[in-house]
Parts: sequence; structure tokens; C-alpha cells
Amino acid sequence: MKNNGNLSVMLKGLIKENPVFVLILGTCPTLATTTNVEGAFGMGIAALVVLVCSNILISLLRKVIPDSVRIPCYIVIIAAFVTIVQMLVQAFFPSLYDMLGVYLPLITVNCIILGRAELFASKNPITKSALDGLGMGAGFTLALCAMAVIREVFGNASFAGIAIPFLEPYKIAILVKAPGGMLVYGMLIALVYVITRGKAPKKTSFSCEGCPSAGNCHTGACLEKGGEQ
Amino acid sequence: MNEKLKLSVSPHIHSGRSTQRIMLDVLIALLPATVAGTIIFGLRSLLVIAVCMASCVLFEMLFNLIVKKEQTVSDLSAAVTGFLLALNLPATVEIWQCVIGSLFAIVVVKCLFGGIGCNVVNPAITARVFMLIAFGSMATSAFPTVVDTVAGATPLVEVHGGRTPALIDVFLGLTGGTIGETCALALLIGFVYLLVRRVITWHIPVSLVGCVFVFSFFMEGFNVIDALVLVMSGGLLIGAIFMATDYVTSPATAWGKIIFGVGAGLITCLIRYFGTYPEGVSFAILFMNILTPYIDSWTRHKVFGEGGAAK
Repeated sequence: MKNNGNLSVMLKGLIKENPVFVLILGTCPTLATTTNVEGAFGMGIAALVVLVCSNILISLLRKVIPDSVRIPCYIVIIAAFVTIVQMLVQAFFPSLYDMLGVYLPLITVNCIILGRAELFASKNPITKSALDGLGMGAGFTLALCAMAVIREVFGNASFAGIAIPFLEPYKIAILVKAPGGMLVYGMLIALVYVITRGKAPKKTSFSCEGCPSAGNCHTGACLEKGGEQ
Repeated sequence: MNEKLKLSVSPHIHSGRSTQRIMLDVLIALLPATVAGTIIFGLRSLLVIAVCMASCVLFEMLFNLIVKKEQTVSDLSAAVTGFLLALNLPATVEIWQCVIGSLFAIVVVKCLFGGIGCNVVNPAITARVFMLIAFGSMATSAFPTVVDTVAGATPLVEVHGGRTPALIDVFLGLTGGTIGETCALALLIGFVYLLVRRVITWHIPVSLVGCVFVFSFFMEGFNVIDALVLVMSGGLLIGAIFMATDYVTSPATAWGKIIFGVGAGLITCLIRYFGTYPEGVSFAILFMNILTPYIDSWTRHKVFGEGGAAK
């Protein structure tokens, strides 16, 4: 991005480059853990902690890690932090641990964390990487909570486990099921697109290196289309 | 400029048919089923229909106002969507659920994809599926006399339970179900009207219903009566005649339409016999809606001269 101020590095993760709604990363935990607000918030904070720590460490080691084995190195670093977070959650928040189940260890392969390591932390100094992790983690948490609030309040007539009696007869049960998750997700993507129209980063600003499907893509079609970034 | 001097894009001969006229024909074709539904299920059916139509039209109007698009309410397509949706709901459905269903049909399925002609799936059938999954209570509260049914499948459940309802009852619609789907006679009158007015062709309804008939005929041990009962019960006829024939979401070529109908019929039977829901027409049509672009590209007519050896 053109503007490299520390604040903007952090704030861009919230809406403008929201990892879930704009970059469309981390879709799997987004759909799976947003059936209730507690789980979504817990998931978001856990990912935020891992993201900040791994961004800092990867940024520290960015000149040491050889380019050819960088992905395995990132995974080892991320997995180490995920294990720590997992043990902490198991020790201090056992109910949350049960609720998140397999999705907690799966943070290891969360695209957002690997994506930020690859896209940002491996190229930027420590402070910026930490702020980027913080912003992206906050954006992830915000996105999860937004989805979870909609799904839990209208689908289950409760908020963070507390029942909302007057909504009870008007439950729309599909929202807490998988298709409802997809529907809410799609509509929030559309909403964020409308809010950030013209301001969201174009595909070309990531360049092909940052594109998740770069491995299978030999055309560079989006570069040609997008033009002169 | 003088009207007569305007040069429009070809083709220059217009059949005189407009979207509005076609939609009006569909509305007329639905009237017999409405009358039958009102007689069978009482006056509340009319309330459900009114609410669905009014909210569909209103939501489309509001959406177009908010996003500053050209107003498309006058083409009657929103009214048809609301009407069809209502006929696919049990008469005992809660009013607020009708409004949510209409909102889903018009705003989510139709308008967000670009309005009439741009929707990927049929709004009415998608809203029916949405409401079926969203309001589990709707399906059970629909039929006070029968417990374990999903919209309209009462005769199906009975057949599976070993009791075959009388053919004449199913034909006249004197069974459980949604407002518009039970009376086979009324739906067939509508079908004939649409055929005569050339609003639809026979391909999709006949291939869909025929496929279900053949499948049921084999599954029911070569019993013609049981197979006929199965064909005329559930949402099969209303789905095949009014929902599967939507221009936007069904293939354009004759062969494509037959593939569409047979595919939907097969999925319907698979869901009916092996699935957890007693009725599967809406899921089957929805699924084939999504496949429509592919069917269209498989069955595309070869343009004269295309692919010939260049000399």
C-alpha cells in the first residue's frame, strides 16, 4: 500500500482489507465457529494472539529463513504458537476449548495467519508486522463477531448464550445451520464491498506472489485486466 | 426525433408478447389452483396469498428505490413470485414467515443478482426450500392431523406406510399439503391454459412427471394406480408446471429441457425413496436450476455453417 504509516497498517485490517470479507481468507473457521457469539469471539482472540506472535517472530527471522523452505518454517513457528494458545485455552477456558473443538488446532493452517506471514511479516520490520497482525486479528475477530451476532440472535434467539425471550417465536433456524452461514457470509461480503467500493485493494496490488491460486494460474489474467497498479 | 425514423436493433418483427403479458398468463393459469386451495383449506389461504404477493411487490419496489434502479414492478414478475410462493405454503403458515420468505425470494434471490432475467435460481422455489429449512415448525404445524410430514407429502407418507389414498382424492386435492399443490385437476387446467397460450412448452413438465411416473411404477411393484397417486401428490405437479418452466432458470433448447426434466425427476425420486425428506421436488428443481447453464452449453444448437471445413 502507498500509505505506510503505522496506524494505517493496523487499521486497514479492520474494514478496508478485512481478512474475512475482503481478502476472503480463513473461510472455514468463519463458517464453522460463528453459530454463537462466545465461540466466535474466543476463536477470533485465539487467532489474534497467534497472528501477532507469529508475525513478530517471522519478521525477526525474515533474513535468516531461506526462501526455498520458508513455508515449512512459517508452519513450524505458527504451530508452536497455536500449541501454546491451545494449552492456555484448555487450562483456563475449558468450556471454550470444548466448544471450538478441532478448530482450535486448525488455526495452524488458517490462511489468514500464513497469508500475513507470507505477504507482510516476511517483508516488513517488526513493529509494522506486529501492528499488521494486531489489525488483521482484530478484523478477523470483528468479522466473526458480526456474523455470529446475526446468526445467533436471529437464528437461535439468544446472545452469547443469554436467551432473548421476545425473539423466541421468530427464530429463523436456517441461520445457525451451514446454508445460513453461507448466506450471511455472502451478504456481509456484499455489504463490505458496498462500503469500501473503490477503496478496497484491487487484485493486482497483491501481485501474483500474494495470490493464493498463483500455483495453478499461468495466465496472469488479473494483472492484464487490472492494469497499472 | 420522429418515432417512425427510429432504427431499433434487430429482430425488427415483434411478436407482441411482453413480459407483462406472459406473467399475466401465469397468474391466470394459477387461478384454478387458488380456487381449489381456498375451497379445501379455507379463506386463510387467500390471506396468505395476499400477504405474499403484496410483500414481494413491495420489496421489489423498495429495493429498486434504494439502489436507484428502474422500477420493474409493473412487469408483474414479483407478483407471480409472490403468488407461487404462497401456493407453496400451507394455509396455516404464520404471516411473519410469509414476509420473511418473500423478502428472501425477492431481495436475496432476485434483486441482488440483478433483477428479472439475472437470477440464477427460481425465486419462488428457493424461498420454499429456505422456509422449509428455516421454519421447521412450519412443516409440522401445517397438518394438524398428520404428524411426521414435510410440506405436502401426506399422501407420500401414506403410500410409504402401506395405505394408498384413493386416486380420486388425490386428483381432486382432498389431502394434506400446501395451498396450491394438492388439486391435480386445477393444476392440469392451468397447464393446458399455459400450453394453449404458448407460454410454456410441454418438454419440462412431461419429461419430469414422466420420469417420476416410470421410477415410481418400478419401485411400487408395477402398480399403475400407486404410481399415479405418487405423481399427483406432493408438490410434483405445481413444481413441474409452474416452477421448473421458469424461462430464466431452465434450458432454452428442447433437448436441454428434456434433460432438465428427467434430471429433476430422477433427483425427486431419489429424495422421495432414499432421502430423509418425504418430498424432494423443490430440491430437485433448485439443483437443476444451478445446472442449467451447463445443460444449455451442452445442447447448444449448431449454427448453420459453424465448424464446416474452411475452403
